[in-house]
Amino acid sequence: MQGRIHSLESFGTVDGPGVRFVVFVQGCPMRCAYCHNPDTWEMNGGTLMEPEYIIEQYERNVSFYKGGGITVTGGEPLMQVDFLIDLFTLAKKKGIHTCIDSSGIAYKPDGNPEWLAKLDKLMTLTDLVMLDIKHIDPEKHKELTSQPNEGILAFAAYLNEKNVDMWIRHVIVPGLTDDDEYLYKLGYFIGQFKNLKALDALPYHTMGENKYQKLGMEYKLKGVPAMEKKQLLEKKEVILEGIRKRRAEQQ
Amino acid sequence: MRPEWKDFVGGKWENEVNVRDFIQRNYHLYEGDDSFLAAPTQNTKDLWAQVLDLQKQEREAGGVLDMDTKVISTITSHGPGYLDKSKETIVGFQTDKPFKRSLQPYGGIRMAEKACSDNGYEVDPEISEFFSTHRKTHNAGCFDAYNQEMRACRSSHIITGLPDAYGRGRIIGDYRRVALYGIDYLIEDKQAQKDSTGRVMTDDVIRLREELSEQMVALKLMKEMAASYGCDISKPATNVQEAIQATYFGYLCAVKEQNGAAMSLGRTSTFLDCYAERDLANGTFTEEQIQEFVDHFIMKLRLIKFARTPEYNQIFAGDPVWVTESLGGVGVDGRPLVSKMSFRYLHTLTNLGPSPEPNLTVLWSTRLPENWKKYCAKMSIQTSSIQYENDDLMRVTHGDDYGIACCVSSMVIGKEMQFFGARANLAKCLLYALNGGVDEVTKKQVGPKYRPVEGDVLDYDDVYAKFMDMMEWQADVYVNTLNIIHYMHDKYCYERAEMALHDRDVKRYFATGVAGLSIVADSLSAIKYAKVEPIRDEDGVIVDFKTTGEFPKYGNDDDRVDLIAQEIVHKFMTAIRRHHTYRNGVPTTSILTITSNVTYGKATGNTPDGRKKGQPFAPGANPMHGRDTHGAVASLSSVSKLPFKDAQDGISNTFTIIPGALGKEDQVFAGDIELDLNK
Repeated sequence: MQGRIHSLESFGTVDGPGVRFVVFVQGCPMRCAYCHNPDTWEMNGGTLMEPEYIIEQYERNVSFYKGGGITVTGGEPLMQVDFLIDLFTLAKKKGIHTCIDSSGIAYKPDGNPEWLAKLDKLMTLTDLVMLDIKHIDPEKHKELTSQPNEGILAFAAYLNEKNVDMWIRHVIVPGLTDDDEYLYKLGYFIGQFKNLKALDALPYHTMGENKYQKLGMEYKLKGVPAMEKKQLLEKKEVILEGIRKRRAEQQ
Repeated sequence: MRPEWKDFVGGKWENEVNVRDFIQRNYHLYEGDDSFLAAPTQNTKDLWAQVLDLQKQEREAGGVLDMDTKVISTITSHGPGYLDKSKETIVGFQTDKPFKRSLQPYGGIRMAEKACSDNGYEVDPEISEFFSTHRKTHNAGCFDAYNQEMRACRSSHIITGLPDAYGRGRIIGDYRRVALYGIDYLIEDKQAQKDSTGRVMTDDVIRLREELSEQMVALKLMKEMAASYGCDISKPATNVQEAIQATYFGYLCAVKEQNGAAMSLGRTSTFLDCYAERDLANGTFTEEQIQEFVDHFIMKLRLIKFARTPEYNQIFAGDPVWVTESLGGVGVDGRPLVSKMSFRYLHTLTNLGPSPEPNLTVLWSTRLPENWKKYCAKMSIQTSSIQYENDDLMRVTHGDDYGIACCVSSMVIGKEMQFFGARANLAKCLLYALNGGVDEVTKKQVGPKYRPVEGDVLDYDDVYAKFMDMMEWQADVYVNTLNIIHYMHDKYCYERAEMALHDRDVKRYFATGVAGLSIVADSLSAIKYAKVEPIRDEDGVIVDFKTTGEFPKYGNDDDRVDLIAQEIVHKFMTAIRRHHTYRNGVPTTSILTITSNVTYGKATGNTPDGRKKGQPFAPGANPMHGRDTHGAVASLSSVSKLPFKDAQDGISNTFTIIPGALGKEDQVFAGDIELDLNK
């Protein structure tokens, strides 16, 4: 099945382990205030591409991707599960490391059983999921992204159950997602999962703002400063504390 | 075994000049990390502070602090010079004091005069008179032999940067031989070489015998020069300090006599490590002392300076010496050639701070030790001062004891050399093809009067055929010009010191080069895939283009244009190979204009790819700026399609990336949670 693709990047170094071929899919139901790819939101845009074409592009330069692989990000990859199954089936045949960068928004524990069965299949083809939890608090999450977070948190538990390696990503925005109480809670929540392999605390930056201007869209975080590195490290430590606490309790 | 070689593993190297054999039998592969490295000593800090002060004075003086205008530089022309004799563990300057540039008129007296006058100095009139009347220079020789066509090509810049008024450089002496064998043995060896030449006195034999005599004179002078610093290099070095000093003296002799376009050092680190390991084992020196020797050695290499004109500095964007030192790589037996000394060399970037010189070049292989790779990456991030080259590619041709001259030219140390040949401007050649040999800037008939393109839209097949014909002509005049240049350089400005540290029968590469490859590829692609209408001036000369529609651009991993680039390189090389080359040099070409791309751009008119008159070319084999839109791998992939067998003198790609785009910082990225919690 064809995928609806925003763009391909041949040299991804920050989206999973190693140097990666990054597929940006088109379409996302979330409307995160700090999203730096608002051009990937629209569900009907993008270019249709065959999975075979994408694998071919990867294989052309396979020598660059030692220790890396393919990452599908977006947009929201899980909006295109059928395409992902086809893409990753091909990838696994070639021994390529597969990674999905997702917000988890598509997941509903009591959702369409047919879709969930497909997801089960996709997870057998996926080596790593980078789950981006925008906010641990349900209310704050809704304010920030226009969507609830119950399904997202349940998705983390689902990945744990399916034993798929998981990295947690969390964007730290000054004044919005940098409250120590919630960061600790986030850490405490994800600390329970055995499949958690890494924490990727991302500093908020303002480089996306230009895109909003170009697209004629309002940028909700106008005036919010970028996250300083020193502060980021402190905030990351708070999340780690939460993780350690939960792990200590479970031992 | 000689007493100086005690504790070394013997072998072939004991009975013949064979540094590689010595290294292979004696080096210690180091696979550990950088934690053993020592900080700079107080003496190092004091000396470096002195250098920084002199650098400041030099900048304030307008770029040159002092120039010799009276004494012609030879190996022994100047007495010893020091920064602070009591603190220097490695000694020697080109003249009698640091920051004083030497006078080297053999390449060309006018260039030497101009280098002085442009910097506010004047060459002693007696010297000017001598070199105009009594002693011919390389430059004068070239112009005696050039024909009219060559002169026209030179001034229109279709062939450009030719080493006919300055030293060709690019020759690397095996300076390690001075340390391992001592001068006396090397002279004996040269005498034996001379005694073994052919008995029929053909031109070749006569020249060889004369050159070998010159080389022996140079070796004797090296010994004298070292003695003036209180060092005896007649015998082999007995410890690492002496070995570094002897190696440096060998190199110093070369730069005292040659103001070459690139004066590279070779591949010395793992050789010297054999001595360092022996000294550490015997307790002769501590790690701190050895690092001090290395720091002082590298400091000296940073202070190599030449008298040059502003025009020269413009071509090369600054005042580079290209003291290239090749580090690491993997041996033909699979053992990486990484030693502690490889680390110590890079560590000078920490101890003395970042610097473009010496040009520390890592011969990269996928099979290098992980710790070395990490250290290189760390130092690259911290200092942006490291160059990388593909050892896996070059080892196939050159084995495991080659070095890089300048930025990409590979040659086996002491066994191969090259005749540096600047480059042919391919973008201009394409314009000549369109205009039937008329220069688009000067409107002069420079090339052959072929039929120019006709009609209102450029036709790919027509343009391509005309371009091939014009390239054939360009290669012809180019190689013949170089034949004259190298003949005259050997005759009037022979590199006796460097060649004294080579074998008798060296392999000579006849290097050529191309500039403007990405412009030609994109231009041909535009003609093929879009619509290009030529715009003619009142004389009927095509001076601009109107390009309508999209066309694939080199740098996006798109075979439609990348294969055009590949084919042009192959066709050019084929045209070069068809010619006679001076001294049976093996023809090679390079795609490596790293800085001169700006100057070449200035001399070249509008091109069909949309580049405007005067705009810089892309450096080396790079895609044109901003045209690679599919990410770094796609861009690198286009470059990597260029055939090394047709560009054996090297393909360069200048790659800039912000550190944040190259990966996550350790501190920001927590990594493996399990490990983190076990702390």
